[in-house]
Amino acid sequence: MPIRSLPLLMFAVIGLVVAAEVDYPLDAPGPDGRRPGGTLTQSMPAPPLANDENKDLKRERNYPDQPPTIPHTIRGYQVDINGNKCLSCHSRANSARSQATMISITHYMDRDGQALAAVSPRRYFCTQCHVAQKEVQPLVGNSFETIDKLLQDDANAAQKP
Amino acid sequence: MQALFRLFKEYWGILWRPSVYYSLGFLTLGGFVAGIIFWGGFNTALEVTNTEKFCTSCHEMRDNVFVELKDTIHYSNRSGVRASCPDCHVPHEWTHKIARKMQASKEVWGKLFGTIDTREKFLAHRRELAEHEWARLKANDSRECRNCHNFEFMDFTRQSKRAAAMHSTSLASGQATCIDCHKGIAHKLPDMRGVPGW
Ligand code: HEC
Ligand code: HEC
Ligand code: HEC
Ligand code: HEC
Ligand code: HEC
Repeated sequence: MPIRSLPLLMFAVIGLVVAAEVDYPLDAPGPDGRRPGGTLTQSMPAPPLANDENKDLKRERNYPDQPPTIPHTIRGYQVDINGNKCLSCHSRANSARSQATMISITHYMDRDGQALAAVSPRRYFCTQCHVAQKEVQPLVGNSFETIDKLLQDDANAAQKP
Repeated sequence: MQALFRLFKEYWGILWRPSVYYSLGFLTLGGFVAGIIFWGGFNTALEVTNTEKFCTSCHEMRDNVFVELKDTIHYSNRSGVRASCPDCHVPHEWTHKIARKMQASKEVWGKLFGTIDTREKFLAHRRELAEHEWARLKANDSRECRNCHNFEFMDFTRQSKRAAAMHSTSLASGQATCIDCHKGIAHKLPDMRGVPGW
Protein backbone atom coordinates (compact mmCIF):
# COMPACT_ATOMS: atom_id res chain seq x y z
CA MET A 1 0.00 0.00 0.00
CA PRO A 2 1.46 3.38 -0.92
CA ILE A 3 2.49 5.30 2.18
CA ARG A 4 0.65 8.37 1.00
CA SER A 5 -2.86 6.97 1.53
CA LEU A 6 -2.07 5.94 5.08
CA PRO A 7 -3.18 9.26 6.65
CA LEU A 8 -6.46 9.05 4.71
CA LEU A 9 -7.08 5.60 6.06
CA MET A 10 -6.34 6.77 9.58
CA PHE A 11 -8.74 9.69 9.28
CA ALA A 12 -11.47 7.38 8.06
CA VAL A 13 -10.95 5.03 11.00
CA ILE A 14 -10.90 7.89 13.53
CA GLY A 15 -14.01 9.34 11.93
CA LEU A 16 -15.85 6.07 12.28
CA VAL A 17 -14.85 5.75 15.91
CA VAL A 18 -15.96 9.31 16.71
CA ALA A 19 -19.26 8.91 14.88
CA ALA A 20 -20.03 5.75 16.81
CA GLU A 21 -19.23 7.43 20.11
CA VAL A 22 -21.28 10.70 19.98
CA ASP A 23 -23.15 10.96 23.21
CA TYR A 24 -25.60 13.68 22.19
CA PRO A 25 -28.67 12.97 20.03
CA LEU A 26 -28.11 14.02 16.42
CA ASP A 27 -31.83 14.58 16.09
CA ALA A 28 -32.27 17.38 18.61
CA PRO A 29 -35.75 18.38 19.79
CA GLY A 30 -37.29 21.17 17.72
CA PRO A 31 -37.33 24.70 19.13
CA ASP A 32 -40.56 25.15 21.03
CA GLY A 33 -42.71 28.12 20.21
CA ARG A 34 -43.17 28.08 16.50
CA ARG A 35 -43.70 24.35 16.15
CA PRO A 36 -44.23 22.81 19.57
CA GLY A 37 -43.00 19.23 19.93
CA GLY A 38 -41.14 17.00 17.50
CA THR A 39 -37.49 16.93 16.57
CA LEU A 40 -35.49 18.83 13.96
CA THR A 41 -35.81 16.19 11.27
CA GLN A 42 -39.44 15.38 11.92
CA SER A 43 -42.02 17.18 9.80
CA MET A 44 -44.93 18.32 11.89
CA PRO A 45 -48.34 19.09 10.42
CA ALA A 46 -48.48 22.73 9.30
CA PRO A 47 -50.65 25.01 11.45
CA PRO A 48 -53.81 26.23 9.73
CA LEU A 49 -53.50 29.46 7.72
CA ALA A 50 -54.65 32.43 9.76
CA ASN A 51 -57.02 35.05 8.40
CA ASP A 52 -55.81 38.52 7.57
CA GLU A 53 -56.76 41.03 10.21
CA ASN A 54 -59.34 43.27 8.60
CA LYS A 55 -60.80 45.32 11.43
CA ASP A 56 -59.96 48.71 9.89
CA LEU A 57 -58.71 49.97 13.24
CA LYS A 58 -55.39 51.78 13.16
CA ARG A 59 -52.86 50.37 15.59
CA GLU A 60 -50.73 52.27 18.00
CA ARG A 61 -47.21 52.96 16.75
CA ASN A 62 -44.40 52.17 19.15
CA TYR A 63 -42.33 55.16 18.10
CA PRO A 64 -43.11 58.09 15.81
CA ASP A 65 -41.15 56.91 12.80
CA GLN A 66 -42.45 53.36 12.87
CA PRO A 67 -44.18 52.45 9.62
CA PRO A 68 -47.75 51.76 10.75
CA THR A 69 -49.03 48.22 10.20
CA ILE A 70 -51.76 47.81 7.63
CA PRO A 71 -55.16 47.49 9.34
CA HIS A 72 -56.91 45.91 6.33
CA THR A 73 -56.42 42.97 3.98
CA ILE A 74 -54.34 43.52 0.88
CA ARG A 75 -55.26 40.32 -0.92
CA GLY A 76 -54.73 40.68 -4.65
CA TYR A 77 -53.55 44.29 -4.44
CA GLN A 78 -51.26 44.83 -7.39
CA VAL A 79 -48.13 46.89 -6.89
CA ASP A 80 -45.82 46.72 -9.87
CA ILE A 81 -44.59 48.66 -12.89
CA ASN A 82 -48.13 48.91 -14.23
CA GLY A 83 -49.85 50.40 -11.24
CA ASN A 84 -50.02 50.77 -7.49
CA LYS A 85 -53.32 49.77 -5.92
CA CYS A 86 -52.30 51.24 -2.56
CA LEU A 87 -51.90 54.67 -4.08
CA SER A 88 -55.36 54.44 -5.62
CA CYS A 89 -56.54 55.12 -2.05
CA HIS A 90 -53.56 56.54 -0.17
CA SER A 91 -52.16 59.07 -2.63
CA ARG A 92 -52.65 62.75 -2.00
CA ALA A 93 -55.31 63.07 -4.67
CA ASN A 94 -57.29 59.96 -3.73
CA SER A 95 -57.21 60.09 0.04
CA ALA A 96 -60.23 62.35 0.33
CA ARG A 97 -62.42 60.08 -1.75
CA SER A 98 -61.28 56.91 0.01
CA GLN A 99 -60.87 58.42 3.49
CA ALA A 100 -57.56 56.59 3.78
CA THR A 101 -54.64 58.23 5.58
CA MET A 102 -52.60 60.20 3.07
CA ILE A 103 -49.03 58.97 2.74
CA SER A 104 -46.89 61.40 4.70
CA ILE A 105 -44.37 63.84 3.24
CA THR A 106 -41.52 61.40 3.86
CA HIS A 107 -42.94 59.25 1.05
CA TYR A 108 -42.23 62.05 -1.38
CA MET A 109 -38.65 62.59 -0.33
CA ASP A 110 -35.54 61.26 -1.92
CA ARG A 111 -32.69 60.22 0.30
CA ASP A 112 -31.37 63.76 0.51
CA GLY A 113 -34.64 64.96 2.01
CA GLN A 114 -35.57 66.69 -1.22
CA ALA A 115 -39.37 66.59 -1.71
CA LEU A 116 -40.38 65.25 -5.12
CA ALA A 117 -43.55 65.86 -7.10
CA ALA A 118 -44.69 62.25 -6.95
CA VAL A 119 -44.11 59.30 -4.64
CA SER A 120 -40.42 58.65 -4.31
CA PRO A 121 -39.27 55.48 -6.08
CA ARG A 122 -37.78 54.20 -2.84
CA ARG A 123 -41.22 54.32 -1.25
CA TYR A 124 -43.10 52.75 -4.15
CA PHE A 125 -43.19 49.18 -2.87
CA CYS A 126 -45.30 49.76 0.20
CA THR A 127 -45.10 46.25 1.67
CA GLN A 128 -41.35 46.61 2.05
CA CYS A 129 -42.14 48.61 5.18
CA HIS A 130 -45.88 48.22 5.86
CA VAL A 131 -47.25 44.78 6.57
CA ALA A 132 -50.71 43.37 6.97
CA GLN A 133 -51.39 41.45 10.20
CA LYS A 134 -52.78 38.00 10.85
CA GLU A 135 -55.28 37.05 13.52
CA VAL A 136 -52.84 35.09 15.68
CA GLN A 137 -51.25 35.32 19.09
CA PRO A 138 -47.62 36.48 19.03
CA LEU A 139 -45.27 33.48 18.94
CA VAL A 140 -42.61 35.04 21.12
CA GLY A 141 -42.92 37.49 23.98
CA ASN A 142 -41.79 41.09 23.67
CA SER A 143 -40.59 43.31 26.48
CA PHE A 144 -40.36 46.49 24.41
CA GLU A 145 -41.38 49.61 26.32
CA THR A 146 -42.35 52.84 24.61
CA ILE A 147 -40.55 56.06 25.41
CA ASP A 148 -43.68 57.36 27.14
CA LYS A 149 -43.57 54.47 29.57
CA LEU A 150 -39.91 55.15 30.33
CA LEU A 151 -40.55 58.86 30.89
CA GLN A 152 -43.50 58.06 33.11
CA ASP A 153 -41.44 55.61 35.13
CA ASP A 154 -38.77 58.27 35.54
CA ALA A 155 -41.30 60.85 36.69
CA ASN A 156 -42.83 58.40 39.16
CA ALA A 157 -39.41 57.44 40.49
CA ALA A 158 -38.49 61.11 40.98
CA GLN A 159 -41.66 61.77 42.99
CA LYS A 160 -41.16 58.79 45.34
CA PRO A 161 -38.50 59.87 47.90
CA MET B 1 -70.26 13.87 -48.54
CA GLN B 2 -71.54 14.02 -52.06
CA ALA B 3 -74.84 12.45 -51.01
CA LEU B 4 -75.18 15.06 -48.34
CA PHE B 5 -74.50 17.77 -50.86
CA ARG B 6 -77.12 16.34 -53.23
CA LEU B 7 -79.64 16.18 -50.42
CA PHE B 8 -78.93 19.75 -49.53
CA LYS B 9 -79.27 20.84 -53.16
CA GLU B 10 -82.59 19.07 -53.42
CA TYR B 11 -83.82 20.65 -50.23
CA TRP B 12 -82.69 24.05 -51.40
CA GLY B 13 -84.58 23.47 -54.65
CA ILE B 14 -87.72 22.58 -52.76
CA LEU B 15 -87.37 25.63 -50.64
CA TRP B 16 -87.39 27.92 -53.64
CA ARG B 17 -89.98 26.10 -55.76
CA PRO B 18 -93.58 27.21 -55.23
CA SER B 19 -95.44 24.43 -53.48
CA VAL B 20 -97.54 22.14 -55.65
CA TYR B 21 -97.97 19.02 -53.59
CA TYR B 22 -97.88 20.16 -49.99
CA SER B 23 -100.75 21.64 -48.07
CA LEU B 24 -100.41 25.01 -46.44
CA GLY B 25 -100.84 23.37 -43.05
CA PHE B 26 -97.92 21.05 -43.69
CA LEU B 27 -95.78 23.94 -44.82
CA THR B 28 -96.45 26.07 -41.79
CA LEU B 29 -96.02 23.15 -39.45
CA GLY B 30 -92.85 22.06 -41.23
CA GLY B 31 -91.54 25.57 -41.06
CA PHE B 32 -92.28 25.68 -37.40
CA VAL B 33 -90.44 22.43 -36.72
CA ALA B 34 -87.48 23.41 -38.90
CA GLY B 35 -87.40 26.72 -37.07
CA ILE B 36 -87.14 25.00 -33.73
CA ILE B 37 -84.37 22.77 -35.00
CA PHE B 38 -82.32 25.59 -36.49
CA TRP B 39 -82.89 27.86 -33.55
CA GLY B 40 -81.95 25.12 -31.13
CA GLY B 41 -78.88 24.23 -33.17
CA PHE B 42 -77.82 27.85 -33.30
CA ASN B 43 -78.25 28.32 -29.61
CA THR B 44 -76.48 25.07 -28.86
CA ALA B 45 -73.56 26.16 -30.98
CA LEU B 46 -73.65 29.45 -29.14
CA GLU B 47 -73.65 27.68 -25.80
CA VAL B 48 -70.55 25.72 -26.77
CA THR B 49 -68.70 28.97 -27.37
CA ASN B 50 -70.01 30.16 -24.03
CA THR B 51 -67.98 27.88 -21.80
CA GLU B 52 -64.71 28.43 -20.06
CA LYS B 53 -63.33 25.44 -21.91
CA PHE B 54 -63.92 27.17 -25.21
CA CYS B 55 -62.51 30.49 -23.99
CA THR B 56 -59.31 28.89 -22.77
CA SER B 57 -58.92 26.54 -25.72
CA CYS B 58 -56.70 29.07 -27.46
CA HIS B 59 -53.34 29.67 -25.91
CA GLU B 60 -53.74 33.46 -25.98
CA MET B 61 -56.36 33.20 -23.25
CA ARG B 62 -55.00 30.15 -21.48
CA ASP B 63 -51.46 31.46 -21.03
CA ASN B 64 -52.35 35.04 -20.22
CA VAL B 65 -55.62 35.79 -18.52
CA PHE B 66 -56.56 32.29 -17.36
CA VAL B 67 -53.40 31.66 -15.33
CA GLU B 68 -53.89 35.03 -13.67
CA LEU B 69 -57.50 34.29 -12.80
CA LYS B 70 -56.39 31.16 -10.96
CA ASP B 71 -54.90 33.08 -8.01
CA THR B 72 -57.98 35.19 -7.49
CA ILE B 73 -61.05 34.84 -5.34
CA HIS B 74 -63.22 34.16 -8.36
CA TYR B 75 -61.38 30.93 -9.13
CA SER B 76 -60.74 29.46 -5.74
CA ASN B 77 -62.36 30.37 -2.44
CA ARG B 78 -63.80 29.08 0.78
CA SER B 79 -67.32 28.48 -0.49
CA GLY B 80 -66.40 26.97 -3.85
CA VAL B 81 -68.70 29.22 -5.86
CA ARG B 82 -66.78 30.52 -8.82
CA ALA B 83 -67.04 32.79 -11.80
CA SER B 84 -66.00 31.52 -15.21
CA CYS B 85 -65.02 33.68 -18.18
CA PRO B 86 -68.52 34.01 -19.70
CA ASP B 87 -70.02 34.89 -16.28
CA CYS B 88 -68.13 38.16 -16.39
CA HIS B 89 -67.67 38.67 -20.09
CA VAL B 90 -70.89 37.54 -21.77
CA PRO B 91 -74.27 39.06 -21.01
CA HIS B 92 -77.10 36.74 -20.01
CA GLU B 93 -79.93 38.33 -22.00
CA TRP B 94 -80.09 37.04 -25.53
CA THR B 95 -79.93 40.33 -27.41
CA HIS B 96 -76.96 41.55 -25.39
CA LYS B 97 -75.32 38.17 -25.79
CA ILE B 98 -75.59 38.25 -29.58
CA ALA B 99 -74.22 41.79 -29.67
CA ARG B 100 -71.22 40.72 -27.57
CA LYS B 101 -70.68 37.64 -29.77
CA MET B 102 -70.53 39.82 -32.86
CA GLN B 103 -67.83 41.90 -31.19
CA ALA B 104 -66.03 38.74 -30.15
CA SER B 105 -65.81 37.65 -33.79
CA LYS B 106 -63.34 40.47 -34.17
CA GLU B 107 -61.23 38.91 -31.45
CA VAL B 108 -61.27 35.61 -33.33
CA TRP B 109 -60.07 37.61 -36.34
CA GLY B 110 -57.23 38.82 -34.15
CA LYS B 111 -56.48 35.21 -33.26
CA LEU B 112 -56.32 34.15 -36.90
CA PHE B 113 -53.88 36.90 -37.76
CA GLY B 114 -51.82 36.53 -34.61
CA THR B 115 -52.39 40.01 -33.22
CA ILE B 116 -51.69 38.79 -29.69
CA ASP B 117 -50.04 35.44 -30.24
CA THR B 118 -47.14 36.07 -27.87
CA ARG B 119 -47.09 37.33 -24.32
CA GLU B 120 -45.31 40.50 -25.45
CA LYS B 121 -47.89 41.28 -28.10
CA PHE B 122 -50.65 40.54 -25.62
CA LEU B 123 -49.16 42.95 -23.08
CA ALA B 124 -48.81 45.59 -25.76
CA HIS B 125 -52.53 45.33 -26.51
CA ARG B 126 -53.63 44.79 -22.95
CA ARG B 127 -54.55 48.35 -22.12
CA GLU B 128 -56.74 48.58 -25.20
CA LEU B 129 -58.47 45.28 -24.40
CA ALA B 130 -58.99 46.28 -20.79
CA GLU B 131 -60.38 49.68 -21.81
CA HIS B 132 -63.01 47.89 -23.88
CA GLU B 133 -64.10 45.83 -20.89
CA TRP B 134 -64.12 48.82 -18.56
CA ALA B 135 -66.17 50.82 -21.01
CA ARG B 136 -68.60 47.95 -21.48
CA LEU B 137 -69.08 47.38 -17.73
CA LYS B 138 -69.31 51.09 -17.06
CA ALA B 139 -71.96 51.50 -19.74
CA ASN B 140 -74.11 48.63 -18.47
CA ASP B 141 -73.64 49.52 -14.78
CA SER B 142 -71.54 46.38 -14.22
CA ARG B 143 -74.43 44.14 -15.13
CA GLU B 144 -72.32 40.98 -15.18
CA CYS B 145 -71.03 41.58 -11.65
CA ARG B 146 -74.56 42.23 -10.48
CA ASN B 147 -75.75 38.91 -11.89
CA CYS B 148 -74.00 37.37 -8.91
CA HIS B 149 -73.47 40.26 -6.49
CA ASN B 150 -76.79 41.88 -5.78
CA PHE B 151 -76.51 45.26 -4.11
CA GLU B 152 -79.98 44.80 -2.58
CA PHE B 153 -78.76 41.85 -0.56
CA MET B 154 -75.44 43.20 0.59
CA ASP B 155 -75.28 43.14 4.38
CA PHE B 156 -73.10 46.12 5.23
CA THR B 157 -72.79 44.99 8.83
CA ARG B 158 -70.98 41.90 7.62
CA GLN B 159 -68.66 43.79 5.29
CA SER B 160 -65.37 45.31 6.26
CA LYS B 161 -65.59 48.94 7.30
CA ARG B 162 -63.79 50.11 4.17
CA ALA B 163 -66.15 48.15 1.95
CA ALA B 164 -69.28 49.27 3.76
CA ALA B 165 -68.18 52.90 3.70
CA MET B 166 -67.78 52.84 -0.07
CA HIS B 167 -70.76 50.64 -0.88
CA SER B 168 -73.20 52.60 1.26
CA THR B 169 -72.17 55.92 -0.29
CA SER B 170 -70.84 56.07 -3.84
CA LEU B 171 -72.33 52.77 -4.91
CA ALA B 172 -75.68 53.24 -3.24
CA SER B 173 -76.12 56.67 -4.77
CA GLY B 174 -75.18 55.41 -8.20
CA GLN B 175 -72.19 57.74 -8.56
CA ALA B 176 -69.92 54.79 -9.12
CA THR B 177 -70.35 51.27 -10.32
CA CYS B 178 -68.42 48.12 -9.42
CA ILE B 179 -65.82 48.44 -12.15
CA ASP B 180 -64.93 52.00 -11.10
CA CYS B 181 -63.45 50.67 -7.88
CA HIS B 182 -62.76 47.00 -8.60
CA LYS B 183 -60.56 47.13 -11.67
CA GLY B 184 -58.21 44.18 -11.92
CA ILE B 185 -60.48 41.95 -9.87
CA ALA B 186 -59.81 38.95 -12.09
CA HIS B 187 -56.60 39.61 -14.01
CA LYS B 188 -53.38 41.55 -13.77
CA LEU B 189 -53.79 45.17 -14.70
CA PRO B 190 -52.29 46.78 -17.80
CA ASP B 191 -50.22 49.97 -17.58
CA MET B 192 -52.53 52.16 -15.50
CA ARG B 193 -50.96 55.53 -16.29
CA GLY B 194 -53.70 58.06 -16.91
CA VAL B 195 -56.60 55.91 -15.71
CA PRO B 196 -58.75 58.10 -13.46
CA GLY B 197 -58.22 57.27 -9.79
CA TRP B 198 -54.83 55.58 -10.34
C1 HEC C 1 -59.70 50.79 -1.03
C2 HEC C 1 -58.81 51.79 -0.49
C3 HEC C 1 -57.49 51.30 0.12
C4 HEC C 1 -56.50 50.59 -0.50
C5 HEC C 1 -56.48 50.05 -1.93
C6 HEC C 1 -55.44 50.49 0.44
N1 HEC C 1 -55.78 51.10 1.61
FE1 HEC C 1 -54.63 51.28 3.27
N2 HEC C 1 -56.15 52.18 4.25
C7 HEC C 1 -57.37 52.52 3.70
C8 HEC C 1 -58.20 53.14 4.72
C9 HEC C 1 -59.61 53.66 4.50
C10 HEC C 1 -57.41 53.18 5.90
C11 HEC C 1 -57.83 53.74 7.27
C12 HEC C 1 -58.09 52.64 8.27
C13 HEC C 1 -59.08 51.64 7.74
O1 HEC C 1 -60.23 51.99 7.50
O2 HEC C 1 -58.65 50.50 7.49
C14 HEC C 1 -56.14 52.57 5.58
C15 HEC C 1 -55.10 52.43 6.47
C16 HEC C 1 -53.82 52.05 6.11
C17 HEC C 1 -52.65 52.11 6.97
C18 HEC C 1 -52.61 52.59 8.41
C19 HEC C 1 -52.38 54.08 8.47
C20 HEC C 1 -52.22 54.57 9.86
O3 HEC C 1 -52.16 55.79 10.00
O4 HEC C 1 -52.15 53.76 10.79
C21 HEC C 1 -51.59 51.67 6.25
C22 HEC C 1 -50.16 51.54 6.71
C23 HEC C 1 -52.09 51.30 4.95
N3 HEC C 1 -53.44 51.53 4.89
C24 HEC C 1 -51.30 50.79 3.94
C25 HEC C 1 -51.81 50.32 2.73
C26 HEC C 1 -51.01 49.60 1.77
C27 HEC C 1 -49.55 49.25 1.93
C28 HEC C 1 -51.85 49.32 0.73
C29 HEC C 1 -51.50 48.54 -0.55
C30 HEC C 1 -50.99 47.19 -0.36
C31 HEC C 1 -53.15 49.88 1.02
N4 HEC C 1 -53.08 50.46 2.26
C32 HEC C 1 -54.23 49.85 0.18
C33 HEC C 1 -57.75 52.31 2.40
C34 HEC C 1 -57.04 51.61 1.45
C1 HEC D 1 -38.99 52.72 3.21
C2 HEC D 1 -40.10 52.34 4.01
C3 HEC D 1 -41.51 52.76 3.56
C4 HEC D 1 -42.14 52.53 2.37
C5 HEC D 1 -41.58 51.79 1.14
C6 HEC D 1 -43.47 53.06 2.49
N1 HEC D 1 -43.63 53.63 3.73
FE1 HEC D 1 -45.34 54.42 4.48
N2 HEC D 1 -44.38 54.95 6.17
C7 HEC D 1 -43.07 54.64 6.48
C8 HEC D 1 -42.72 55.22 7.76
C9 HEC D 1 -41.37 55.10 8.42
C10 HEC D 1 -43.88 55.88 8.23
C11 HEC D 1 -44.07 56.65 9.54
C12 HEC D 1 -43.34 57.97 9.56
C13 HEC D 1 -43.66 58.80 8.41
O1 HEC D 1 -44.80 59.24 8.29
O2 HEC D 1 -42.76 58.97 7.61
C14 HEC D 1 -44.90 55.70 7.20
C15 HEC D 1 -46.18 56.21 7.28
C16 HEC D 1 -47.21 55.87 6.41
C17 HEC D 1 -48.59 56.22 6.57
C18 HEC D 1 -49.17 57.07 7.70
C19 HEC D 1 -48.95 58.49 7.38
C20 HEC D 1 -49.43 59.40 8.46
O3 HEC D 1 -49.44 60.61 8.18
O4 HEC D 1 -49.73 58.94 9.54
C21 HEC D 1 -49.27 55.71 5.50
C22 HEC D 1 -50.76 55.82 5.23
C23 HEC D 1 -48.30 55.06 4.66
N3 HEC D 1 -47.07 55.16 5.25
C24 HEC D 1 -48.62 54.42 3.47
C25 HEC D 1 -47.67 53.96 2.58
C26 HEC D 1 -47.96 53.53 1.24
C27 HEC D 1 -49.35 53.50 0.62
C28 HEC D 1 -46.78 53.16 0.67
C29 HEC D 1 -46.54 52.69 -0.78
C30 HEC D 1 -46.80 53.65 -1.79
C31 HEC D 1 -45.74 53.33 1.67
N4 HEC D 1 -46.33 53.84 2.81
C32 HEC D 1 -44.41 53.03 1.48
C33 HEC D 1 -42.21 53.89 5.71
C34 HEC D 1 -42.47 53.46 4.41
C1 HEC E 1 -70.43 33.84 -11.11
C2 HEC E 1 -70.70 34.78 -10.07
C3 HEC E 1 -69.80 36.00 -9.93
C4 HEC E 1 -69.59 37.02 -10.83
C5 HEC E 1 -70.14 37.15 -12.26
C6 HEC E 1 -68.77 37.98 -10.16
N1 HEC E 1 -68.45 37.55 -8.90
FE1 HEC E 1 -67.36 38.55 -7.51
N2 HEC E 1 -67.47 36.98 -6.25
C7 HEC E 1 -68.24 35.85 -6.45
C8 HEC E 1 -68.15 35.02 -5.27
C9 HEC E 1 -68.87 33.69 -5.09
C10 HEC E 1 -67.29 35.68 -4.35
C11 HEC E 1 -66.91 35.34 -2.92
C12 HEC E 1 -66.18 34.10 -2.68
C13 HEC E 1 -65.99 33.87 -1.20
O1 HEC E 1 -65.70 34.81 -0.45
O2 HEC E 1 -66.13 32.74 -0.83
C14 HEC E 1 -66.88 36.90 -5.00
C15 HEC E 1 -66.05 37.84 -4.40
C16 HEC E 1 -65.85 39.12 -4.89
C17 HEC E 1 -65.12 40.17 -4.20
C18 HEC E 1 -64.46 40.06 -2.82
C19 HEC E 1 -63.00 39.91 -2.97
C20 HEC E 1 -62.30 39.60 -1.68
O3 HEC E 1 -61.05 39.54 -1.74
O4 HEC E 1 -62.95 39.40 -0.65
C21 HEC E 1 -65.15 41.26 -4.99
C22 HEC E 1 -64.54 42.63 -4.71
C23 HEC E 1 -65.88 40.90 -6.20
N3 HEC E 1 -66.29 39.60 -6.10
C24 HEC E 1 -66.12 41.77 -7.25
C25 HEC E 1 -66.69 41.38 -8.47
C26 HEC E 1 -66.77 42.22 -9.62
C27 HEC E 1 -66.24 43.65 -9.68
C28 HEC E 1 -67.39 41.50 -10.61
C29 HEC E 1 -67.70 41.95 -12.06
C30 HEC E 1 -66.56 42.24 -12.91
C31 HEC E 1 -67.72 40.20 -10.06
N4 HEC E 1 -67.26 40.17 -8.76
C32 HEC E 1 -68.37 39.17 -10.74
C33 HEC E 1 -68.99 35.57 -7.58
C34 HEC E 1 -69.07 36.34 -8.72
C1 HEC F 1 -66.81 53.56 -4.54
C2 HEC F 1 -66.00 52.39 -4.71
C3 HEC F 1 -66.69 51.02 -4.76
C4 HEC F 1 -67.72 50.63 -5.57
C5 HEC F 1 -68.51 51.48 -6.58
C6 HEC F 1 -67.92 49.23 -5.33
N1 HEC F 1 -67.03 48.79 -4.38
FE1 HEC F 1 -66.89 46.89 -3.63
N2 HEC F 1 -65.44 47.49 -2.36
C7 HEC F 1 -64.88 48.75 -2.30
C8 HEC F 1 -63.86 48.78 -1.27
C9 HEC F 1 -62.98 49.99 -0.93
C10 HEC F 1 -63.82 47.49 -0.71
C11 HEC F 1 -62.91 46.97 0.42
C12 HEC F 1 -61.51 46.82 -0.01
C13 HEC F 1 -61.27 45.72 -0.97
O1 HEC F 1 -61.85 44.63 -0.83
O2 HEC F 1 -60.46 45.93 -1.87
C14 HEC F 1 -64.83 46.69 -1.41
C15 HEC F 1 -65.09 45.36 -1.14
C16 HEC F 1 -65.99 44.59 -1.85
C17 HEC F 1 -66.31 43.22 -1.54
C18 HEC F 1 -65.72 42.42 -0.39
C19 HEC F 1 -66.50 42.71 0.87
C20 HEC F 1 -65.69 42.72 2.10
O3 HEC F 1 -66.29 42.78 3.19
O4 HEC F 1 -64.45 42.71 2.02
C21 HEC F 1 -67.21 42.80 -2.47
C22 HEC F 1 -67.84 41.43 -2.58
C23 HEC F 1 -67.48 43.92 -3.34
N3 HEC F 1 -66.74 45.00 -2.92
C24 HEC F 1 -68.34 43.89 -4.42
C25 HEC F 1 -68.75 45.02 -5.11
C26 HEC F 1 -69.77 44.99 -6.15
C27 HEC F 1 -70.48 43.75 -6.63
C28 HEC F 1 -69.94 46.26 -6.57
C29 HEC F 1 -70.94 46.78 -7.62
C30 HEC F 1 -72.34 46.44 -7.36
C31 HEC F 1 -69.00 47.10 -5.83
N4 HEC F 1 -68.31 46.30 -4.95
C32 HEC F 1 -68.87 48.47 -5.98
C33 HEC F 1 -65.23 49.84 -3.08
C34 HEC F 1 -66.26 49.86 -4.01
C1 HEC G 1 -64.81 38.21 -11.97
C2 HEC G 1 -65.02 38.57 -13.32
C3 HEC G 1 -64.08 38.06 -14.42
C4 HEC G 1 -63.79 36.77 -14.76
C5 HEC G 1 -64.25 35.49 -14.07
C6 HEC G 1 -62.96 36.82 -15.93
N1 HEC G 1 -62.72 38.13 -16.28
FE1 HEC G 1 -61.64 38.76 -17.89
N2 HEC G 1 -61.86 40.71 -17.26
C7 HEC G 1 -62.63 41.12 -16.19
C8 HEC G 1 -62.51 42.55 -16.04
C9 HEC G 1 -63.19 43.40 -14.98
C10 HEC G 1 -61.64 42.99 -17.08
C11 HEC G 1 -61.18 44.44 -17.37
C12 HEC G 1 -59.72 44.62 -17.04
C13 HEC G 1 -59.44 44.55 -15.57
O1 HEC G 1 -60.04 45.29 -14.78
O2 HEC G 1 -58.58 43.73 -15.18
C14 HEC G 1 -61.25 41.81 -17.82
C15 HEC G 1 -60.40 41.81 -18.92
C16 HEC G 1 -60.15 40.72 -19.72
C17 HEC G 1 -59.38 40.75 -20.94
C18 HEC G 1 -58.73 41.98 -21.55
C19 HEC G 1 -57.27 42.05 -21.20
C20 HEC G 1 -57.00 42.42 -19.77
O3 HEC G 1 -56.40 41.60 -19.07
O4 HEC G 1 -57.40 43.48 -19.32
C21 HEC G 1 -59.38 39.47 -21.44
C22 HEC G 1 -58.69 39.00 -22.72
C23 HEC G 1 -60.14 38.64 -20.52
N3 HEC G 1 -60.60 39.43 -19.50
C24 HEC G 1 -60.36 37.29 -20.69
C25 HEC G 1 -60.88 36.45 -19.70
C26 HEC G 1 -60.88 35.00 -19.76
C27 HEC G 1 -60.34 34.15 -20.91
C28 HEC G 1 -61.44 34.55 -18.60
C29 HEC G 1 -61.64 33.11 -18.14
C30 HEC G 1 -60.42 32.36 -17.95
C31 HEC G 1 -61.84 35.72 -17.84
N4 HEC G 1 -61.47 36.85 -18.54
C32 HEC G 1 -62.47 35.69 -16.61
C33 HEC G 1 -63.40 40.31 -15.38
C34 HEC G 1 -63.39 38.92 -15.38
